[in-house]
Amino acid sequence: MTSRPFSRHPLVQLTLVRIREFMREPEAVFWATMFPIMLSTGLGLAFSARPEPVIAVAAAPALADQLRTEPGLDVRPLAPDAARTALRNGEVALVVEASDAGGVTFLYDDTNPEGRSARAAADRAIQRAAGRVDPVKTTTQKVQEPGSRYIDFLIPGLIGVGIMSNGVWGLGFSIVDTRRRKLTKLLMATPMSKLDYLLSYVIWRVILLPVEVVIPIAFGALAFGVPMRGSWMAVGVLTLLGSMMFSSIGILVGSRVRTIEAISGIINIVIMPMWIVSGVFFSAQRFPEFIQPIIRVLPLTLLIDALRAVELRGAPLGDQWLQMAAMGAWLVATFVAGLALFRWR
Amino acid sequence: MPPSALRVSDLHKSYGDVKAVNGLSLEVRPGECFGLLGPNGAGKTTTIEICEGLTSADSGDVEVLGRRWASHAHELRQLLGIQLQDTQLSDKLTVAETLRLFRSFYREGPSEDEAIDMVQLREKRDARVGVLSGGQKQRLALACALVGRPQLLFLDEPTTGLDPQARRQLWELIREFKRAGRTIVLTTHYMDEAEVLCDRVAIVDHGRIITEGTPLELMASVEMPPKEPRAHAATLEDVFVALTGRHLRDD
Repeated sequence: MTSRPFSRHPLVQLTLVRIREFMREPEAVFWATMFPIMLSTGLGLAFSARPEPVIAVAAAPALADQLRTEPGLDVRPLAPDAARTALRNGEVALVVEASDAGGVTFLYDDTNPEGRSARAAADRAIQRAAGRVDPVKTTTQKVQEPGSRYIDFLIPGLIGVGIMSNGVWGLGFSIVDTRRRKLTKLLMATPMSKLDYLLSYVIWRVILLPVEVVIPIAFGALAFGVPMRGSWMAVGVLTLLGSMMFSSIGILVGSRVRTIEAISGIINIVIMPMWIVSGVFFSAQRFPEFIQPIIRVLPLTLLIDALRAVELRGAPLGDQWLQMAAMGAWLVATFVAGLALFRWR
Repeated sequence: MPPSALRVSDLHKSYGDVKAVNGLSLEVRPGECFGLLGPNGAGKTTTIEICEGLTSADSGDVEVLGRRWASHAHELRQLLGIQLQDTQLSDKLTVAETLRLFRSFYREGPSEDEAIDMVQLREKRDARVGVLSGGQKQRLALACALVGRPQLLFLDEPTTGLDPQARRQLWELIREFKRAGRTIVLTTHYMDEAEVLCDRVAIVDHGRIITEGTPLELMASVEMPPKEPRAHAATLEDVFVALTGRHLRDD
């Protein structure tokens, strides 16, 4: 055995191949770096630049003036038929009709939160116009602190989803493409170690991790003032664990598949449910109670929950030990399964 | 050096109902170039992949350089150079990067630049694999098989799909390695290729060897049918057709 420089070690050479193949695919680089920025810009603008929400309601002309005393309502005087059509089409959230004996009827969809709040506001306006005096004097203080807005909620979610998508797509796709080209089989005919081959994928993702984490955090801070209350160290440890976990999942999903079409379908089946239920865009608490235990142990939920706690609440890393242990379990289980199932030809 | 570089006896391999290899035996001596000839689907590739340790046999014995896959796989990987049919190397890497990767797997062997010179790709050293011609890609695949300085080289249809000029260029390279005393086992379905390159040839059909010998011996053994007067002596093509009763199949 002759000694050789570090750069000639197979693991180094395999990792360099991963990095070169990635960097020489401009679309992949664009997707990995710009996508989180584009998504957070769009959603950040859509949800943060809106002052007081104004809800459109339709009312009989006689009632319209009374309703206009509520600043949160955009009142459209309409005849009853036209008003009901507008409600069906979603142009207004509530219809207010005069009924017999000087009464008022509200029409709205009670599963629509806007309809419910419009009803409350309209009811208040009509009762006041008829002479009701509120017995208790109340004042309102508006809270719009960095850390509690939608964009603050969103940034940790986007970091998590970026690590997941890049990891599972990047590995699954590349592993299957190498197998499809019969290059895996040729590599197996050399003395290359299987472990080096799989590790090179994991290391490649870890090397790209700072880009995936720092870009969304820096962008959120600069464009929207999203705070970073926890330690960078804690964020680093969590995202490192998350990246390795999703790399392992990528190895497992790509372990047996031979075609690009099949791997695309499988990856979508694996990651789409987590896009939706793991609390990237809205809180996972909105799903029914009975599936909460499942949602809580999904890989993406574990990563995002821990990231939000650290980034937005400044929680110490030690508090996230349960999430970290669960991510570690996913990492080990999927890596072992992927290695056992892997089709090396 | 062991008495034989490769010894295969009574090899069997089935895929479902199809008997890909059916009682095949052969022996390759050190330093010779041995050709496995046969139509598509005759069992050449399955046989060679069992010898390369990529496929397991149902039964039979394979001894490579005096070692067996079950006990010496790790050692054998270092001693063999292998080129497979239809492998696509990564289009985005350069020639030198590809060879540096393959070289890193082996304990010893030529540097990537020496390997590039061996297959005459110096001008393409820093070109991406994606822009190489078919012949250049095939020469790069050969270089990948040579970076470990193998004692035994397996080439599976090394010139299939190449134009005549590129084929002759590759033949020249293979002949050079033979002159350096290396042992080569190659499969082909081109008769002219076997005539030019091989010291001994075995014709395979239906998973077994139907005849074996030097190209000259085989050609001498075939009597030309009188109704088909030929201007030249029998070629391996004639041997093949006489023995298998048909022309090359394309399936």
